[in-house]
Amino acid sequence: MLWLALHFRHLPLDVFTRGMPADQHPLAVTSGAETGARIIAANRVAQMQGVQPGMGVSAACALAARLQLVARDTAKEHASLKRIAAWSLQFTSLVSLADPDAVLLEIEGSLKLFGGLNKLHQHIARGIAQLGFNASIASAPTPLAALWFARAGANVRVQHPDALRHALEKLPADFICDDTAMRDLLENFGAQTLGDCLRLPRDGLARRAGRQVLDQLDRALGLRPDPRQPFIAPQTYSAALPLPAPVSQADALLFAARRLLAELCGWLTATGHGVQRPRFEFIHEKQLVTIITLELANASRDLDHLTTLLRERLARTELPCAAIEIAIASGKVVPLASRNLAFLPDNAGREESSSRFVERLNARLGAHAICGLTPHADYRPERAWRACQPGAAAPDPGQATSSLMPTRPLWLLTTPRPLRESGKTSAAPMDQEGSPLSLLAGPERIEAGWWDGQHVARDYFVARNQAQSLLWIYRERNVAAHWYVHGFFS
Amino acid sequence: MNASPSAPSASQAIVSALNHPAIWRGNDFAQVATPSVPTGYAELDVHLPGAGWPTGVITEIHVERPGIGELQLVMPAAARLTQADRWLVMIAPPYLPYAPALAAHGVKLSRLMLIRPKTLAEQLWACEQALQSTSCGSVMLWLDQSSERMAENALRRLQLTAERREVLAMLFRASRAASCAQAALRLHVSREPQTSRTAVRILKRRGGGIPAPVVLDLHSALLQRPTPAQRDEFDHVSEAPASAFVTH
Repeated sequence: MLWLALHFRHLPLDVFTRGMPADQHPLAVTSGAETGARIIAANRVAQMQGVQPGMGVSAACALAARLQLVARDTAKEHASLKRIAAWSLQFTSLVSLADPDAVLLEIEGSLKLFGGLNKLHQHIARGIAQLGFNASIASAPTPLAALWFARAGANVRVQHPDALRHALEKLPADFICDDTAMRDLLENFGAQTLGDCLRLPRDGLARRAGRQVLDQLDRALGLRPDPRQPFIAPQTYSAALPLPAPVSQADALLFAARRLLAELCGWLTATGHGVQRPRFEFIHEKQLVTIITLELANASRDLDHLTTLLRERLARTELPCAAIEIAIASGKVVPLASRNLAFLPDNAGREESSSRFVERLNARLGAHAICGLTPHADYRPERAWRACQPGAAAPDPGQATSSLMPTRPLWLLTTPRPLRESGKTSAAPMDQEGSPLSLLAGPERIEAGWWDGQHVARDYFVARNQAQSLLWIYRERNVAAHWYVHGFFS
Repeated sequence: MNASPSAPSASQAIVSALNHPAIWRGNDFAQVATPSVPTGYAELDVHLPGAGWPTGVITEIHVERPGIGELQLVMPAAARLTQADRWLVMIAPPYLPYAPALAAHGVKLSRLMLIRPKTLAEQLWACEQALQSTSCGSVMLWLDQSSERMAENALRRLQLTAERREVLAMLFRASRAASCAQAALRLHVSREPQTSRTAVRILKRRGGGIPAPVVLDLHSALLQRPTPAQRDEFDHVSEAPASAFVTH
């Protein structure tokens, strides 16, 4: 077994600041809203102004005039930790929560897939940074040792059990237990490090400090089993990200939304699903909510693609005022198998890129601006086609139909345009300038539609005007017998 | 003395050197190796560098007026690309492309996409996206009169997007429009007077030289007049005066 521990030292602060690209204003997290509250964490700007964790709130406010205070939200921290655990299921199938601020991953089986321990470390570190958290990462053959290394902030990657003892010996003795009385006791023994503790006689230590200390040491060294509760990924994903300051620019909103999208995509990868209608809620001041639902032609879990779609949608959405919170819900998810990458660009890749192309256009231009055309079985030219979703056209009618339809123009006028006519009794069609049209082919009689109230009875001709354009014109077969132009043979 | 035996080989060397595709002689049409898609019209192919519509560059087609065969000119190549499952994207066409006619020209309609953006900026954006997508085979953009004053750098951007991609980029403009410097191939499509044939003039091409206009008979199949027997039959049905059929 090889365990990787992610320890989120700054979790109380990170849950509030991860929606912002950089610290701009001093911000501190307090232990509560009551008067005697203390500062638990402060961002970089606040720390530069002298605010330190452990300080009283009034002292901190005296140091930093514009200090923004938020009360610690442990429920949000726990929810974040669970979402991180769900996200990290993409790297391994065994993930365990180590409350209150760490996640453990069993990674031995994943080393080969991700190209070794160092690569995996980098991969996870990059991913965590993309989520907007600060984590210290360490790995060791036992979960407890990995956790201790991560808590100590030591970037330790012990892969072999034999090297574990040597690495553990350097850690401070504080990690053995949280009990201060016990820590004092160990300090009185002169045991500064875990190495010192290990060198103490076991039976004496057990008698004086209790069995618990020995058990912890044995678990860390792998001499005692240390079972961990596996984390089970939730069935749906929903998350909310509070913004420390109201945000009105689309770019800044996108930045914050991308944090959640990265979580979503990690969860989707872990569960082998794709989203088709992810839903975003931008919660504004005055309790206004803007809802954006992306419509995807094909399920996807590609972070960049989803970000692009959201960017295009945000660009054409007007927000009523600045947003203070972003929420995201996965909506319905569908199973999405991973695709084998091909050495050469293949058809599957092209199909995927084509559906993405359509989705991008939809997101930017709106669904009404894009369509495909499909033939429809009707003799009336204006009804022989239908608009449809791009790519959804009926399969080709084949050679039979094309030979049946020798004279159809490539351009059709949506509504036929009346032609001028010569004033004689046998009215002849003329073009806009008043020069007569010469009829080259025809007529082709089309008479249909008496059954649905859109009856047409027309004789179609191919005509040439003075400028040598070929027109598709018709004469109505009624008493008036007016001429209309219906298309161009482009 | 010893120059005479070597003279033929020297001239041969010069000729072979001049045949190098990178050398362009101003007075004739150099054979330039350009990735291309055959147009489907052999008369036109011989005058185009690469013997077809060049891919990865912008082809500008100036149209004297709509409805003189400009769409039919590009249809064989575009149809062939849709058969290979690549999109035919039409951006802001002036009229409605008629689905049955497109199908009759061999276009696979499930690979046809019509985009009608509201603004010029959106048209250009859609065009850029289409050129970027590897799934697009041919992209046709129509510019109307109001958008003729399209900034040169917008076209430059399209050209850069199209570069090195296997996509036909066709830009249709009115013939009065100022031509853009970015287009690698520029054609002018007009009607021959008194015939129904389409004249294609090559105004610019890689490799230089301007050949005589290519005259194509695009509508010959269309204009086969009905045989007298058919006409008699028709007259009988329609009760129309015969003068209506041939009016000059």
